[in-house]
Amino acid sequence: MQRFILRRLGVFVLVVWLASTVNFIVPRLAPVNPIRERLLQAVSQGGAAKSDLEQVVAYYEAKFGLDQPLWKQYLNFLWDMLRLDFGVSIANFPAKAMDIILRALPWTLVFLTVAVLIAFAVGTFLGALIAWPRAPRFLQFLVAPLLTLSAIPYYLLGLVLIFLLAFTWRIFPMGGGYDLGLVPKLDLAFLANAAKHSILPALSIVLSGIGSWALGMRGMMVSTLGEDYIALAEAKGLAGREVFMRYAVRNALLPQTTSLALSMGTVAAGAVIVEVVFGYPGVGTILYQAIRSFDYFVIYGVVMMIIVSIGLVTFALDVLYPVLDPRISYERK
Amino acid sequence: MNGYVVQVENLKVYYPTSSGPVKAVDGVSFNLGAREKLGLVGESGCGKSTLALSLLRLIKPPGRIEGGRILLNGVDLTQLSWDKMRRVRLNQISLIPQGAMNSLNPVMRVRNQIMDGMRAHNQSMSRQELEARVYETLELVGLERNVATMYPHELSGGMKQRVCVAIAISLRPQVVVADEPTSALDVVVQRQVMETIGQLQEELGAAVILIGHDMGLMAQFVERLAVMYAGRLVEAGGIREVFRQPLHPYTQLLISSVPLLDEKGVFRGIPGLTPSLLHVPSGCIFHPRCPQAQDTCTEEVPPLVEVGPSRWVACHRHEVER
Amino acid sequence: MAARPARDISLIRRHPQLITGLAILLVLIVIGPVGSLFVDTKEAKVGAALPDLPPSARYPLGTDTYGRNLLPMLFLGTPQTIKIGLLAGAIGLGVGIILGFVAGYTGGIVDNIIRGAADILLTVPGLLLLVVIAVSIKGTVSVNMMAIVVSILAWMWPTRTIRAQVLTLREREFVRMAKLGGMKGAEIIVRELVPNLLPYLASSFVGAVASAILATIGLEALGLGPQNQPTLGMTIYWALYYTAVLRGLWWWWAPPIVIIVLTFMGLFLVSAGLDQIANPRLRRLT
Repeated sequence: MQRFILRRLGVFVLVVWLASTVNFIVPRLAPVNPIRERLLQAVSQGGAAKSDLEQVVAYYEAKFGLDQPLWKQYLNFLWDMLRLDFGVSIANFPAKAMDIILRALPWTLVFLTVAVLIAFAVGTFLGALIAWPRAPRFLQFLVAPLLTLSAIPYYLLGLVLIFLLAFTWRIFPMGGGYDLGLVPKLDLAFLANAAKHSILPALSIVLSGIGSWALGMRGMMVSTLGEDYIALAEAKGLAGREVFMRYAVRNALLPQTTSLALSMGTVAAGAVIVEVVFGYPGVGTILYQAIRSFDYFVIYGVVMMIIVSIGLVTFALDVLYPVLDPRISYERK
Repeated sequence: MNGYVVQVENLKVYYPTSSGPVKAVDGVSFNLGAREKLGLVGESGCGKSTLALSLLRLIKPPGRIEGGRILLNGVDLTQLSWDKMRRVRLNQISLIPQGAMNSLNPVMRVRNQIMDGMRAHNQSMSRQELEARVYETLELVGLERNVATMYPHELSGGMKQRVCVAIAISLRPQVVVADEPTSALDVVVQRQVMETIGQLQEELGAAVILIGHDMGLMAQFVERLAVMYAGRLVEAGGIREVFRQPLHPYTQLLISSVPLLDEKGVFRGIPGLTPSLLHVPSGCIFHPRCPQAQDTCTEEVPPLVEVGPSRWVACHRHEVER
Repeated sequence: MAARPARDISLIRRHPQLITGLAILLVLIVIGPVGSLFVDTKEAKVGAALPDLPPSARYPLGTDTYGRNLLPMLFLGTPQTIKIGLLAGAIGLGVGIILGFVAGYTGGIVDNIIRGAADILLTVPGLLLLVVIAVSIKGTVSVNMMAIVVSILAWMWPTRTIRAQVLTLREREFVRMAKLGGMKGAEIIVRELVPNLLPYLASSFVGAVASAILATIGLEALGLGPQNQPTLGMTIYWALYYTAVLRGLWWWWAPPIVIIVLTFMGLFLVSAGLDQIANPRLRRLT
């Protein structure tokens, strides 16, 4: 059991390490190091923080300067990543990058988790029903709309939703995480307001997600329904519902869960842009602003945090998989 | 209503295609008495599996029972509603499937797979009673009690097949349809499983329809034999009579193709290929491969006639002998 | 069965998904060049018309805040996006074929490394890595550069699929027969394996193109695309930048969305159709 978990943990560490390395190498591959450029640019623009910025430049040069051997820079960098120290935000100096990210992270985590869970549950069940031969025929008409939904990237669906439900029919707020002028605090009124603002962003992900999960599950179900054990289950005279849930869905759920784990990356990427479209105060908007102002440290920070989060989720799913599928055991035979 | 448990009358099972119907079973009739062991033998593709499935009304669309009746204790199964038919399965007539390798739900323990069948037809049994029955059934098929908590992937092929047998007898049905239950097993295990089925049949008093292509196996197990070819019955009778004096040319060829120990190196087959069930030959369906074919064979379909007590054959050569 | 059923079922009825998908894609590919013949493409430049005009007979898709006529912009931009997708997809497929074959045929450590890399890159949100790369490239990105950058994300699925197929085929009897007959490795690959792989190659290509286009639009919507090309993603970026949604300028962002949705639908249908050819069991689904 321990070896199994250790192996999966190893994969997680590997992924994080690779991501860090990419973050390290890429700016150094460009003919001129863009980070250094950006820092110098911030200093030359001056302003009240000029001397502090010069300290930052000096600090940066000491750690990653041209006179430092590359391997030393690399080790410094990895050490920083490990401590989740992404440096300072160049655009919002003197705020630390990590602080900015941490303020935004809960927003993203909450709405994304809820959205994905709902989309997966509803989509999987719907897809299973559509594939079941004895389900009501009208369900087949859902296939075309589900296909359309699955073909729209989340954020584009978000645009459509804003236009229809926020602009044309003013049912929902147009964006943001909460009404302007409200001060974030942990009371019911604020939470309710925040929830109202998160409905449309979540809906973009839920609707499109239902489309793809449903179609995926439908495919898995068709394969599963051709298996011999379904035939024997029917030969036993089991009620249709029982064959559906405990024989068909239960088995089709296995590859469906795998595909959930594999799609985490795409989901996260889509969610990031959804936040941008809605101006939702999560890590996506932070990233967008950082891109616009070339705030490199924040960019790396967000990328790393997202990769770490996904790594953890994938790790959890990996460890949970043998619980779903008894053929895969924790022990190595 | 006579003493027969199962009466199949002129059963037709067709699969519609855009080029016309594929006649998998084309007018088959036979009877099965209580506690009787009937063998149904034929080449691959002759329709015997389709026949087996149709007895439990498990034919999947687009295939359908096109005509005929299947009487179980006098009740026509083809006319039952889906729900009523569901209640008949496992309870009165059960199936031992062909490929036990994949017939068990991989994510369910053996005990649950035996229990859910029982529970589906008998809500009144308590959990303890169900579990007791499970152990009882496992013992009957020669499996240890600890098999109950195992998952299918932990069992060998022979064990999986026994579990399927256990499921089939768990509610003591009147009829058990065994669809090539040992084809996927090696000879040693084959014998063990067939012995188990035989013992069970004695103890439980069920009628068994054994479907297969192995004449040798039939000879050892069944009391009566029916021979199928291309969707039709061509001969039926007591196993000894059929072997001693096969009437239909096809049966003769089948029996002679069983290799004999003292004729080493001599292999006889049947020349030609099974006909397409889509474009069926005219007249007698066997005439293109029949070494004894006459002119009438290409024109008229020979009816299945009783040429002796419980002795049936569908061949023009034997109509005369009556 | 001795006789075969007559093949009188028309092609469309046998593979409705594939044909529909290909039809959609064909329309999308020609809409650019054909449309440009009927419309004055110079109007896609900044200041060609009054800004923020809603759709009318003169400007069927209206104009944007820069004063650009959106209909010719669509005709110019769609082929660009498709070109990026096709190019990146082709690169991805090419890399995928090489890596897939090497991994499947060679096995061992090489296989483990390649498979591990592909799996890891699949789970990681590749878009973010692309962001890191794009942000570090100073200056304007060209369409071809976009294709190359995006193709980094397009090789994983083809590699996985092809590797899986090579693994199954390698053990199949006809390869053994060929080896016994004296064929060398390369010859076996070309003459025996490739024909069986064709549906999978096609399906992988479609998948690679789909991921490429998705990544492209994502990058562009964030503002990291070719700045002076009116690709679909960049159009959306500008629409967002000028708050077209809040100002009700739906004609700016809606047509690109329609085109994008049609593109993905077309790609999905083609992919599903190809899957049906490769795996007849799925034919029930039509």
